[in-house]
Amino acid sequence: MSVLVIADHDNSVLKPATLNVVAAAQQIGGDIEILVAGEGCGAVAEAAAKVAGVSKVLVADNAVYGHALAENLSLLVAELGKNYSHVLTSAGTTGKDFMPRVAALLDVAQVSDIIKVESADTFVRPIYAGNAIATVKSSDSVKVITVRPTGFDAVAAEGGSASVEAVASAHDAGVSSFVKEELAKSDRPELTSAGIVISGGRGMQNGDNFEMLYKVADKLGAAVGASRAAVDAGFVPNDMQVGQTGKIVAPQLYIAVGISGAIQHLAGMSDSKVIVAINKDEEAPIFQVADYGLVADLFDAVPELENSL
Amino acid sequence: MKVLVAVKRVIDYNVKVRVKSDNTDVDLTNIKMAMNPFCEIAVEEAVRLKEKGVATEVVVVSIGPKASQEQIRTALALGADRGIHIETEEQVQSLAAAKLLKAVVEKEQPQLIILGKQSIDTDNNQTGQMLAALCGYGQGTFASEVVVEGDKVNVTREIDGGLATVSLNLPAVVTTDLRLNEPRYASLPNIMKAKKKPLDIISPADLGVDIAPRLSTVKVEAPAQRQAGVKVGSVAELVDKLKNEAKVI
Ligand SMILES: Cc1cc2nc3c(=O)[nH]c(=O)nc-3n(C[C@H](O)[C@H](O)[C@H](O)COP(=O)(O)OP(=O)(O)OC[C@H]3O[C@@H](n4cnc5c(N)ncnc54)[C@H](O)[C@@H]3O)c2cc1C
Ligand SMILES: Nc1ncnc2c1ncn2[C@@H]1O[C@H](COP(=O)(O)O)[C@@H](O)[C@H]1O
Repeated sequence: MSVLVIADHDNSVLKPATLNVVAAAQQIGGDIEILVAGEGCGAVAEAAAKVAGVSKVLVADNAVYGHALAENLSLLVAELGKNYSHVLTSAGTTGKDFMPRVAALLDVAQVSDIIKVESADTFVRPIYAGNAIATVKSSDSVKVITVRPTGFDAVAAEGGSASVEAVASAHDAGVSSFVKEELAKSDRPELTSAGIVISGGRGMQNGDNFEMLYKVADKLGAAVGASRAAVDAGFVPNDMQVGQTGKIVAPQLYIAVGISGAIQHLAGMSDSKVIVAINKDEEAPIFQVADYGLVADLFDAVPELENSL
Repeated sequence: MKVLVAVKRVIDYNVKVRVKSDNTDVDLTNIKMAMNPFCEIAVEEAVRLKEKGVATEVVVVSIGPKASQEQIRTALALGADRGIHIETEEQVQSLAAAKLLKAVVEKEQPQLIILGKQSIDTDNNQTGQMLAALCGYGQGTFASEVVVEGDKVNVTREIDGGLATVSLNLPAVVTTDLRLNEPRYASLPNIMKAKKKPLDIISPADLGVDIAPRLSTVKVEAPAQRQAGVKVGSVAELVDKLKNEAKVI
């Protein structure tokens, strides 16, 4: 048995989610190899070689993989992946984009967003926005899997000494090209790996009022998230959405401000260790999952919270 | 340009599903069903392309039990021209759905195929990508903007870090994200008109596709329930609890 993990990276930094995926690979068992596909991604390969428990790093450094276009990347991963028992990547937007293509090219099912490994062919995953947890068994020869990072404790980023091997094959499907990217810039921690997250909902009323949350976040070293309603209303950009169809977070502390607690929002944060809700409606469903609930007007409570930190 | 839209019948998004007591599945008896919300957005986008004169025909396809025809009729009431129902009582997993859709693509030869990014029942997020791979087409997943220009389509995608735009050769596959558009409601006259629009019914066997499942469900359980905690009386009490009881700040 051998597991191929496709690294999550931006050509310069290995994303921490990869460490959670390697943890899932360890639970499956067998040799673990990492594929780094990108352009000018040597530093990522070096970082991957240091990850604990990895035996080999394959590097496909070529312009065709520079923007992780799914059409190109999936051809590479399918070509390499057929020689492994399992192919894994994190269930971020890149993995969700290319991995199902890999599965289709290999004519196998994909098991999406696993949160637990039962055995080499049996995995646990949430369905219905996390309102049910399914255990599924795959009968395919190659198991193609995306991993929900919050389901697995990261392996150590250091301590390994894998060999690094270049992969020459460069696939250009010739059907797509990259045009542009607008990436959110922030000095705050990344939402999906932050230890503390403070999120705002429709109750925030507008984008300017999120400033209150940024101030609290900066004092706590927290990331800032949002409900879909806040994103839809244009208060904040889409990359801040937490939930079934946004980002999944499981920090030590999650503070929901002016968020009612719809099932789709809960799906993205109910695995947080401690949940705080600040809402003026004491009947709001968010209080059913909150460890500490404060029934208050957020425009009073949030500035007071900031001052008392 | 012909546009093909795939719509799935799923549980209504407002309903909180319960797990059956024998842990074999969720209980869908007497539960309100509806069109998957992402598929509504897909239909809306196709209809808007037609209204703009970019699309000439919108064909909608659904795979599932007889009752899926309700969702096809809804799409027709929203402005699609014609429906195809691939009728089966069997469970159809994403790979099988993609293969069935590919067979329809071969027959219909659409230039653009729009799907939802994710079914809200299985939360798979796979079918559009699989269909694109099987057809050898480019894909614009999690789309928040779709612009057809000549023989290409530019798709703006919602990604973890922000937004990314790709240019795809047509034919291409697009999967919709929530902010692509806001679907309209069907008017009563349009609901009446939709009843007369053509709807073909075929079977997976007609398309020569093996839909045998690759994944089997061992069990389905309810998630661990969180205990509702305490209400605190003030911000000061909250900060004290977070520092000294939960020890998270
Ligand atoms: C297919 C689909 C997918 C979805 N995916 C997601 C997802 O990924 N993430 C997500 O979040 N949602 C998602 N949704 C939307 C979800 O159903 C809810 O509509 C949304 O989460 C509501 O956001 P909200 O809690 O901010 O707004 P509301 O439900 O409007 O709640 C606002 C809350 O703020 C409180 N409030 C107002 N003013 C104040 C004040 N001054 N002080 C204190 N409290 C105040 C109110 O009491 C209320 O509880 C999805 C929906 C669909 C159909
Ligand atoms: N049975 C089906 N019938 C029609 N379309 C489907 C079906 N299953 C999946 N799809 C399409 O694929 C999208 C993504 O589904 P999934 O990969 O299951 O999350 C849906 O939003 C639909 O557009």
